[in-house]
Amino acid sequence: MAMAMAMAMAMAMAMAMAMAMAKEASQPRTGDTTRRGRWGAGLIACVVLSCLLAACGGSASSSNSITLYNGQHEQTTDALVARFEKLTGIKVNVRSDDEDVFASQITAEGSHSPADVLFTENSPPLEYLQQKGLLAPVAPSTLAHTPSRYNSPTGHWVGVSARVSVLVYNTRLLTPAQLPTSVMQLADPEWKGKLAIAPGETDFQPIVTSVARTYGNAAALRWLEALKANAGSAHSYPDNETIVDQVNRGQVALGVINQYYWYRERAQVGASNVHSAIVHFAPRDPGYVIDVSGAAALKSSPHQVDAQKLLAFLVSAEGQQIIAHTDSFEYPIASGVITDQPETPLDKLRPNPIGIPALGDGATAIALLQKAQLL
Amino acid sequence: MSTTAVGELGSAPALPPPRGPTPVPARRRSTPPVLLAAGVLVALVLLLPLGFLILEAVQDGFSTLRPLLFRALTATLLWNTVSLMVVVTVLCAVIGTAAAWFVERTDLPGRRIWAVLVVVPIGIPDFVTSFGWKSIFPSLGGFAGATLVMTLAVYPLVYLPVAASLRHADPAQEEVARSLGLGRLRTFARVTLPQVRLAMLGGCLLVGLVMLSEYGAFEILGFHTFTTEIYTEFLSGFDAPAACALSLVLVVLSLFLLTGEGLARGRGRPSRTGALAARIPRPHWLGRATLPVLAGFFMLVGLALGVPVGAIVYWILHGGSSTLPTASILTAAGHTIFYSAAAGLVATIAALPVAILSVRHSGRVSTILERSNYLVLAMPGLVIALALTYFSERYAAGFLYQSSTMLIAAYAIMFFPLALVAVRTSVAQAPASLEEVGRSLGRGRLEVLWRLTLPLAAPGLAAAFCLVFLEAVTELTATLVLIPTGAQTLATQFWAFQTNISYGQAAPYAGLMILIAAIPSCVLGRWFDRLPSRSLVAA
Repeated sequence: MAMAMAMAMAMAMAMAMAMAMAKEASQPRTGDTTRRGRWGAGLIACVVLSCLLAACGGSASSSNSITLYNGQHEQTTDALVARFEKLTGIKVNVRSDDEDVFASQITAEGSHSPADVLFTENSPPLEYLQQKGLLAPVAPSTLAHTPSRYNSPTGHWVGVSARVSVLVYNTRLLTPAQLPTSVMQLADPEWKGKLAIAPGETDFQPIVTSVARTYGNAAALRWLEALKANAGSAHSYPDNETIVDQVNRGQVALGVINQYYWYRERAQVGASNVHSAIVHFAPRDPGYVIDVSGAAALKSSPHQVDAQKLLAFLVSAEGQQIIAHTDSFEYPIASGVITDQPETPLDKLRPNPIGIPALGDGATAIALLQKAQLL
Repeated sequence: MSTTAVGELGSAPALPPPRGPTPVPARRRSTPPVLLAAGVLVALVLLLPLGFLILEAVQDGFSTLRPLLFRALTATLLWNTVSLMVVVTVLCAVIGTAAAWFVERTDLPGRRIWAVLVVVPIGIPDFVTSFGWKSIFPSLGGFAGATLVMTLAVYPLVYLPVAASLRHADPAQEEVARSLGLGRLRTFARVTLPQVRLAMLGGCLLVGLVMLSEYGAFEILGFHTFTTEIYTEFLSGFDAPAACALSLVLVVLSLFLLTGEGLARGRGRPSRTGALAARIPRPHWLGRATLPVLAGFFMLVGLALGVPVGAIVYWILHGGSSTLPTASILTAAGHTIFYSAAAGLVATIAALPVAILSVRHSGRVSTILERSNYLVLAMPGLVIALALTYFSERYAAGFLYQSSTMLIAAYAIMFFPLALVAVRTSVAQAPASLEEVGRSLGRGRLEVLWRLTLPLAAPGLAAAFCLVFLEAVTELTATLVLIPTGAQTLATQFWAFQTNISYGQAAPYAGLMILIAAIPSCVLGRWFDRLPSRSLVAA
């Protein structure tokens, strides 16, 4: 309501300004001063009023509401939040942005952060904030719902869902027999001009970390440089959505993504328009990595109890069922809930056994990516 | 730059010959303290982001930043950034000035419609334009792609000030030149161009600065510049000090730009006796040139407007389905209009003292005050948003953070240079002699400002409001950080759908953004059209 009034005010202001000036231009120079004075006073009053209104509109937080910084895809979050609000009566104000913007933003916000809970797609932003000492410990009963290998090693965030890195390829350009079985083979010259990468995506870092852990930093760097040469600037994309889309259109032959992007693309364009497929790397290959999406309560939050309630809900059977049955296409990992949407069930996956602590805040991967001048 | 300042102080000979004698510097009037205080305040607010950059960058120490700054990639990025900036700026100068001249000064058929259509591209979000081009030519990218997309997106920044300036320039000078036997082209080069030079340079400065901080289009086109790298450092690296150090490179580049523009401004300034003698200039007769010029306009508008609009229509028709709930598009539009209009108003009002100070009371201090305000345009939106976050946390305990007031302030800060160029150009064109007459008749400073300067500068003020409004409508990165929780603008909603690959759902939001951008362009065009005749009555 206040918003609508302020809006009308802004329109009136703009019109007043224009009319005042038009009047100025049209009036004979001997025009009376009082009339112009009124215009001026009116204009200033409008500015002051709208500023006041705007200031009022900004501060709307009651004790029974919390703020969620959401770096996850909005559909799933909206479904989760709607159910949580219904169950608890706690209002959740959702802000959506990239998880990495949130990491920088929360750092800048410091002890006055309006956020109570942060929900991300990957673990590195959470690990980064934990190292800065900005996260509150998660209640042990909540942590217990998720297998400990998917939780923060220090108990400062809880794992909510998981994704796995796969190879996506265009079915018109390549046959399954032609595909590499290891992420390392993508460095081969035969993929020059055919490979797409998204080096700036947070999803790419765990793979880099995994390669570096398996073969050492020097080998990982050579591998990255070869990948860069193969992708060139033409197929170096900003995000996984673009990789899937370009592979599906046949603009590029293959790329590495997290499995759920392909399912999302299929849901979007319709099964008849899908000209791509996904395939797992060989078991325990360094390119075969499980990423965990997690959530944490901020230390600065004055609503610790409500924030912890939201975390508990995310990993409860009910919350996990929502993840299993919406368009998220991620793996639920807590409370024993399983999904049939991705064709290979979570317990049938054979990833490189690299843990969350090894993935860390991604600093190793970032240093390597910078050295290879991919960042 | 101080020579520039002296030149602009000229007490405005009524008809400066193209290469005539340098204007006589007027006696220095004392600077009113209120004006100076307002100018200093505005400059301080606009330098906040720079302060944040320096604070963050020094945190890491130079030794940590050195390997990041001095590597082969930096040279590549520097070359990409600078070469693209130069090429796009030159192209925009040519296209913007030519389009403005044809619309304002010739008998081009459908001038009023062109006047609107030519401005609208600036209100189309760069990510929409880039997506449109990408979906038609998937292989578009690199230098050529970036040049094409950016030129078509930002040339209105030159067109608007030049068109406003042509409105205000005295047509009598051209007529005198013509009557003395100068050909059309030479009249244009020797009379018209000098008349609009300040406006054109101002527009070019804006284009150059905007190119430095552009992000969305380059990300989609896969063209790497300093700003894309800054975002990568922030986003993948959580490395604020590194990102801030790289942003300081942008600040240095913009200092070069400012110096260059200052030198190019040179001495002398165009002027006329003012709106009192305004009249409708007799339009140039295009004759046989009509068809080719018309074809040129069709091509320009077809490329700049047709491609993104075509992409939007295509998405609406072939969008596919999405499970994302559709937010109220009207509420989002309301927020967009409110935030952008308020920012336009605030920026225009704040630009007034700075412009008057730099034009009427020029000197070293006021020049520095004026020039320092431009730096902010070269800084990426995310940097400015985080700077405001930082200062509100550090020094104000989070006061007003994520309120509409702060978002409006952020827009006004980000796009202040656009307002300043427009206001400054028109204040410079308003003859100081009239104000002196007003003062000598015993009128107070405020009254002279209200009754003489403001009406004379009105087209510039309106252009300033529109420029800021149009840019704010499409702003995304700072909006996502600073918008009140729960509120949505058209840009944030478009982004939400687009990141979900729901182009069909995203398209109406982009379409509405373009419609909203068309409104101020229409109003502005129509209003400009009526101005001279009304002033004639006044005379």
